Amino acid sequence: MSLRLDDIRHVYANGYCAVNGVSCAVGTGERVAIIGPSGAGKTTLLRLLATALRPSAGALNVLGADPWRIDRTALRRLRSRIGMVHQAPPIPPRQRVVTAVLAGRLGQWPAWKSLASLVYPADIRGAEQMLGRMEIADKLFERCDRLSGGQLQRVGVARVLYQRPDLILTDEPVSAVDPALSDRVVGELNREAMARGVTLVASLHAVDLALHWFPRVIGVKVGEIAFDLPPVRISDAMLRELYASEMAQAPTQGYQPFEAMVPGVRRKPVYF
Amino acid sequence: MAYQASALQVRDPAALPRLVLTILVLALFWPGFSLTEFDLTALFDTRSRETMGKFVSTFFPLETSPGFLQLVARSTLETLAIATAGTVLAMLLAAPFALAITRSLSISRIGPGRGYWLGRILRLPARFAVMFFRSIPEIVWALLFVRAVGLGPAAGVLAIGVTYGGMLGKVYSEILESNDTRPAAALLETGSGRMAAFFYGLWPVALPELVSYTVYRWECAVRASVIMGFVGAGGLGLQMELSMRMLNGGEVSTILLVFLLLVMLADAVSAILRKVTA
Repeated sequence: MSLRLDDIRHVYANGYCAVNGVSCAVGTGERVAIIGPSGAGKTTLLRLLATALRPSAGALNVLGADPWRIDRTALRRLRSRIGMVHQAPPIPPRQRVVTAVLAGRLGQWPAWKSLASLVYPADIRGAEQMLGRMEIADKLFERCDRLSGGQLQRVGVARVLYQRPDLILTDEPVSAVDPALSDRVVGELNREAMARGVTLVASLHAVDLALHWFPRVIGVKVGEIAFDLPPVRISDAMLRELYASEMAQAPTQGYQPFEAMVPGVRRKPVYF
Repeated sequence: MAYQASALQVRDPAALPRLVLTILVLALFWPGFSLTEFDLTALFDTRSRETMGKFVSTFFPLETSPGFLQLVARSTLETLAIATAGTVLAMLLAAPFALAITRSLSISRIGPGRGYWLGRILRLPARFAVMFFRSIPEIVWALLFVRAVGLGPAAGVLAIGVTYGGMLGKVYSEILESNDTRPAAALLETGSGRMAAFFYGLWPVALPELVSYTVYRWECAVRASVIMGFVGAGGLGLQMELSMRMLNGGEVSTILLVFLLLVMLADAVSAILRKVTA
């Protein structure tokens, strides 16, 4: 078992309850998409799984350990096995792309190697390979503030690919990437998870990407799980209900209606 | 769903706290002016204008005899050396304290397992040490070190090193906290150590600001070395004290001109370094 949440709640300091009693289990190697309107608690949920936030209540198990019951060395080791792709890549603008990608292994490298890598990059080939999978290998020695939003987001993904974590979490990893490339990036994350047999949990804004790439989709609304189903069993009515407060239809890439999508990215048939 | 205006009138919730804060700040400033008998009109009073004029007129013409200029040149070098060595010493002292104090590198903030309370306790004495270093004026440190290492520039270097070490330590840690701390936090969240998180996440963000503040402190050190010259710590200050004591206004103004040039130099160095690190 890779993740187990048992009645997890999270209340922020200002009293806002972002996650309200979520229970679910995710097996090793499972690929799960989280969808839901903005403010539904997707980011909070991912941060709880990333052990970056401590749940206010409930029991949490990540990669076989309760992160809030183990000592600091064990927690650090656990964190180094979790890779998080942030929606806004937390990369210093003045940093070079190669350094930003290599930073993925800081949790595994000894301190001397981390520091030596600032003097001369420790693994140029490794960084280049991951950037190649994101189709930005030519940006290897570019500074991050010279990249577009979409390119920077893909650097963030390349960093996590380079980290080779046992649990990949992504928080809207393609919100700034154009539709064709989004498909490529989400596909690459799925291929990575399948090839290494690791767990992937991705929150996605574009519902079509979630339904196409993930065997299991969790709909989240006001901090609670609305449904937890394989894509074939998710009906249009369920999606309309999920996004009822936000917009007339479920969001897709570039807000194209489902029918207008390229062949192969079409949803599977819907059973009621 | 269409947006519906609330029936009640919406008020900016920040308005009242802002107003209260503004009034509080004004109330705090006012006693400062009244206690110091601050009165702008006194500056333009005829009598004070005459006295000031007399004092300033002794500053001209500037003293330009080759012998004196040579003396000033040597003292300038000595002052630069005191300021530079003192600032380097201060940086070496400040860096570890700043790293220890800054909360943006605190692993315990993103989630204490057991055993994190230790870091929190260790942070207190570091904070106090930095406060102690800078709470004592450099001239007092200089008087102390003159007794320890004797008259001369070494006392000035030590005094600047300690006082400015305290100031740099405090400001470094504040700079590290006021910049974007998400990169460092994200690294800590994936198990990186403090040093790695600092050099990969904070250093590239904060470098220009750290550099420009350090250069500004170096500029202050140049000026501070004057005051310490008065208590025998060498440099331009010693020269200035001699000239003042002999009531030689021309010499004093030549030395002041050198200070102007030094500050301009500091400005230029800061601009260049900011461009390099930007």
